[in-house]
Amino acid sequence: MRRALWLLIALALVIAYPLVFTTPFQQRLGALVLLYAIAASAWNIVGGYAGQVSVGHVVFFGCGAYAAMGAYAHFALSPLIGIPAGIVFAVLIAAVIGRPTLRLSGHYFSMATIAVAELARLIVTNTEYLGAAVGLSGPTVPRNVFDLSFISALPYYYLFLVILIITLAITWWMTNSRMGFYLRAIKDSERAARSLGAPASRIKLYAYMLSAGLTSVAGALYAMMFGFIDPESGLGILISVKILIMAALGGAGLLFGPFVGAAILVPLEEISNSLLGGKGAGLTFVVYGAIIVLIARFQPGGILALINRLWAKRRAKPMEESIAQEASHAS
Amino acid sequence: MTFTLVQVIVGGLLLGAVYALFSSGLTLVWGMMNVVNFAHGDFVMLGMYVAFVVYTLLGGGPLIGAPLATLLLATLGVIVYFGLIRDIMKGPMLAQILGTFGLALLLRYSVFWWFGANFLSLPENLVGGTFDIFGIRIQASRLLAGVVALLVTLGLHLLLTRTTLGSRMLAVAEDATAAQLMGIRPDSMQAIAWGIAAGATGLAGALIATFFYIVPTVGETLGIVAFVTVSLGGFGSVPGALVAGLLIGVIESLSGYLIGAVYKDIVVYTLFLGFLWFRPQGLMGKT
Repeated sequence: MRRALWLLIALALVIAYPLVFTTPFQQRLGALVLLYAIAASAWNIVGGYAGQVSVGHVVFFGCGAYAAMGAYAHFALSPLIGIPAGIVFAVLIAAVIGRPTLRLSGHYFSMATIAVAELARLIVTNTEYLGAAVGLSGPTVPRNVFDLSFISALPYYYLFLVILIITLAITWWMTNSRMGFYLRAIKDSERAARSLGAPASRIKLYAYMLSAGLTSVAGALYAMMFGFIDPESGLGILISVKILIMAALGGAGLLFGPFVGAAILVPLEEISNSLLGGKGAGLTFVVYGAIIVLIARFQPGGILALINRLWAKRRAKPMEESIAQEASHAS
Repeated sequence: MTFTLVQVIVGGLLLGAVYALFSSGLTLVWGMMNVVNFAHGDFVMLGMYVAFVVYTLLGGGPLIGAPLATLLLATLGVIVYFGLIRDIMKGPMLAQILGTFGLALLLRYSVFWWFGANFLSLPENLVGGTFDIFGIRIQASRLLAGVVALLVTLGLHLLLTRTTLGSRMLAVAEDATAAQLMGIRPDSMQAIAWGIAAGATGLAGALIATFFYIVPTVGETLGIVAFVTVSLGGFGSVPGALVAGLLIGVIESLSGYLIGAVYKDIVVYTLFLGFLWFRPQGLMGKT
């Protein structure tokens, strides 16, 4: 009950944000936070809940981005048609590469996903149809509202918010379903889960495909907002890294972890970029790197896990005191 | 035609020897601690920049640059072990991957920030000129890099198999607790392994800097090359890394020459995935 109340307050704050902070920079910042929160939440399904640390999620991000842009550039279709196409591509690719890759455990899985992502980037860079190294552009002048091309960031903000809520709802539903229990068992010990009859390979593949489809939506939305996609912005390894870091900073395997991570890192990056200009690009990633090293070293559970722990401690303390008091009264 | 082909293969072998050198560092740490260093390629990149700085500041060639890069990187390796690896080793998988990945970003973009994203290179005639052996032209810089890398990799293998230190390290790799009961300190052995592994990358970096392009993101590509080499040679095997390194050098040169330069990375990455998927234990690993 209490939890639902907090959620409603948070939701109200998020809805009110662009109405309170009305400058274009602030609204754009808000939209970007939500966009990365979608991508990081999608990653969380396979990276957080299933414990398979994918460093190649940009492949699915790129699927969505290129499908949405390709639909416009080659067939003059609205991204509303490109987005489902992107989801289908992403899920198919996830099914094909997931089968052999998910058999690998730990580091091996991470390395394989890096190689897949780099391979995809190289192939697209050499494919004329997908714009090669130059990239694809979206509509310069939108024909109608279905082109999802707006000057203001406000429509994007609410569009992204709706998609984020859907993503989180799917994640929440998944964690409370049979699949969620299987995933937790697999994360704790795949061998034990298997020996108890959990269909580990199939469940991991489902999680991977679900995560891929949602990530592709984030990619398509990104492409729509920026109106342009090239191999670096659509398939660069740094996108994977950003998604992963946001989820890990906030708390991998926690429902709102990725959102918290995005709400911290996206403003950090945007502000440092606007303050430092061109020189800032390198420095931003230095800071990113330092943050990840520190999380890994001191707080692998992420910020939300830390807050939860402190919260639990504060609640436990008064109880201990009262028990101690009762004990002293008794004696 | 045949002369060119032979020249391409020789060039591939020489480059492959350098691949083998830095990959043997990765495989050593991997086999011993089951920790993957995602910053391994960036260590090589640092070695290249040390060589570059030595040249621009002191005007020195690899004779000064290589030992200095080896020493500096070995020190960095030990620092990284005590500051980061020792703690994340016991942590969850996510922490291990994030830790070294974060380190990679930190190193890569510090260099990026300091030196900029421009491609740098050392003067071509820094090491001798070009040899002509039976009509096959070989750059002296590549020959030097290949031969030194080959010798050091072999030396590393001998160190591991023929000395007390090597036996101690292998004992820790086999079973750290048992080794500790025998009076070997796993902590120091693992720190030494990190020093050796990072030192090897420093040397390799300084060696290829004489003929390779130098750019902050080169570590990304070289890191993947190291992963490919280690997965091909079998995780933890230095002789495996040597054979695989030479093989990959040749495959890369040949595919660059026969299909086109842009496709050589595609070939190598595909090979890597193929091995991970179908023969994860590598060419020489145990089944």
